Amino acid sequence: MNRPSSQPATWDREKQNYQARLARGAALASGRKVSADDIVRLLEAVIEPGDRVCIEGNNQKQADFLAKSLARTDPALVRELHLVQSVLALPEHMDLIEQGQVSRVDFSFSGQQAGRLATLVEQGRIKIGAIHTYLELFGRYFVDLTPKVALIAAQMADRDGNLYTGPNTEDTPAIVEAAAFKNGIVIAQVNEVVEKLPRVDIPADWVDYFVKAPTPHYIEPLFTRDPAQITEIQILMAMIAIKGLYAEYGITSLNHGIGFDTAAIELLLPTYAAELGLKGKICTNWALNPHPTMIPAIEAGFVQSIHSFGSEVGMERYIAARPDIFFVGRDGSMRSNRAFSQVAGHYACDLFIGSTLQIDLAGNSSTATKGRISGFGGAPNMGSDARGRRHASPAWLRAGREARPHAVMPRGQKLVAQIVETSREHMQPAFVERLDAWDLAESSGMELPPVMIYGEDVTHIITEEGIAHLLRCETPEEREQAIRGVAGYTQVGLARDRRMVENLRDRGIIRYPRDLGIDKRMATRDLLAARSIKDLVLASGGLYNPPKHFRNW
Amino acid sequence: MEQFVMNFTVTNRLATTPSPRVCGVVSSGNLEVLVESGEPEDTCRIDVHTPAEGFRDIWSAVLRDFVERQPVGGVRITINDAGATPAVVSLRLDQAIDFFRSEKP
Repeated sequence: MNRPSSQPATWDREKQNYQARLARGAALASGRKVSADDIVRLLEAVIEPGDRVCIEGNNQKQADFLAKSLARTDPALVRELHLVQSVLALPEHMDLIEQGQVSRVDFSFSGQQAGRLATLVEQGRIKIGAIHTYLELFGRYFVDLTPKVALIAAQMADRDGNLYTGPNTEDTPAIVEAAAFKNGIVIAQVNEVVEKLPRVDIPADWVDYFVKAPTPHYIEPLFTRDPAQITEIQILMAMIAIKGLYAEYGITSLNHGIGFDTAAIELLLPTYAAELGLKGKICTNWALNPHPTMIPAIEAGFVQSIHSFGSEVGMERYIAARPDIFFVGRDGSMRSNRAFSQVAGHYACDLFIGSTLQIDLAGNSSTATKGRISGFGGAPNMGSDARGRRHASPAWLRAGREARPHAVMPRGQKLVAQIVETSREHMQPAFVERLDAWDLAESSGMELPPVMIYGEDVTHIITEEGIAHLLRCETPEEREQAIRGVAGYTQVGLARDRRMVENLRDRGIIRYPRDLGIDKRMATRDLLAARSIKDLVLASGGLYNPPKHFRNW
Repeated sequence: MEQFVMNFTVTNRLATTPSPRVCGVVSSGNLEVLVESGEPEDTCRIDVHTPAEGFRDIWSAVLRDFVERQPVGGVRITINDAGATPAVVSLRLDQAIDFFRSEKP
């Protein structure tokens, strides 16, 4: 007769499993230190089939040596992995899938591997759990996607295994916090092992193993934009943004998306915005990576603070010399933290402005194109109304009043702006009746079309034609015409109801440069505070040290 | 290569008759706009030289909107296009007319 066991319940099975893994790894390590030659065997020893594994990497630093090593493990031993990580950006991430070692992925962004990933999904060789935003995935690390094994990247370790992650701390604290406190194995690759760290970013007793990688971990200078490539159209759009949006609402706290459109705004702060008397009135406090194109605005005294998701290659010395502006440790080097900066961007900033590839008639925007599963990154957190926000600011309150003029309960609203040129090269329209995201969702079996920013969150669209205050529209029909009214000579723009658009213009919902008193003759490259990378270096007093491929002098 | 002329009837003639004005350059994705006086005062004549064929409808829309924004008579505008987007064409036309206007007679 089978009776329920009367043995006492076991509450530490995971801990016992963790200790068994450490016991298997012990022979391959000296304390916490593992040699590069033994790392593949160590991974085979401590990883079990079906493990949730996080290979650290974002759009900036990558635990590339550990990724390569994992891809060299025996597929008979290391298999059925569930990858839970910010990005699938390295070829090795795809190799692991192709070798049949991964059964499922949950991620945020796939960058350069977007095409390969879409092919693998269409061939049925990998199942995507979900494509997240960074903050959303970090959240799930603490609920239902806690990593069993975290493979992370740090700049230095000391002999005990304390880690210095330095300016590119990025995602490391969030990943390690989840794994280390839930019986997970934490393995760090480091560029150097030193006697004494500049500071401790991750304490040794949260780390199980560290290995000195043969080459320093990869970092992509993702946020560097050469001012030489900024066009007059981008300068015109930046003038519209500054006068028609930043000055109009008095925006002091903000986040800029990546790209030349926002770089142009940054380079117009010390010139155009200063001429408009806006210094100290706009753009004082930022959640932003250290964009080199911010240097002239910082030097001009426009900026009070910048908290960063990650660092940027070449900006280290400049940042260290501006501790009043950036978040810098007692050792003098910057500390970034993606999770906190995402929270700051979501809850503490009044404005997000970013570029996109496609916008539909409801204002939904997407960077998805057929045959490429590129994911989201952090933009949706920044580019959505923070409904949990409870602190007021003039810009936030005004946006709320404009969006809900008849509401009884006062509430503000986040300003979310999309800035796009109406057509890209080869007359590819930025405005479409139907997003490519629908086709991608269909071909990849996704439950949701991958929309970057939902139309209901978008308050403004800026194009070279003008600015549409979507939040001031009263009906969906008005909203559609407000979008068509700035959509230029795309099919969507040409199909506008010209009478209705004139009406929206009369009511200040659409504003063209002439309505804003913008002199288009000023829209030349002379208006940029820096016109080349070299200008940025000069503006920094020689502190900015751009990567070689950005040097052309 | 496509060439065509569009004539628009407008009401307000430019007050001054300044010297010709060139704006922009003929380089890839850009265009040159030449503004001269000498047309009848109710006429804005626009000559377009473009390497791209098959965009007549877009050109018509771009030039119609330009004349609606800037109803200037007595001028002849010559466009030498090198594959500029409608956005660049519109900006350059506005810049050329504003520069032309601001010049002393």
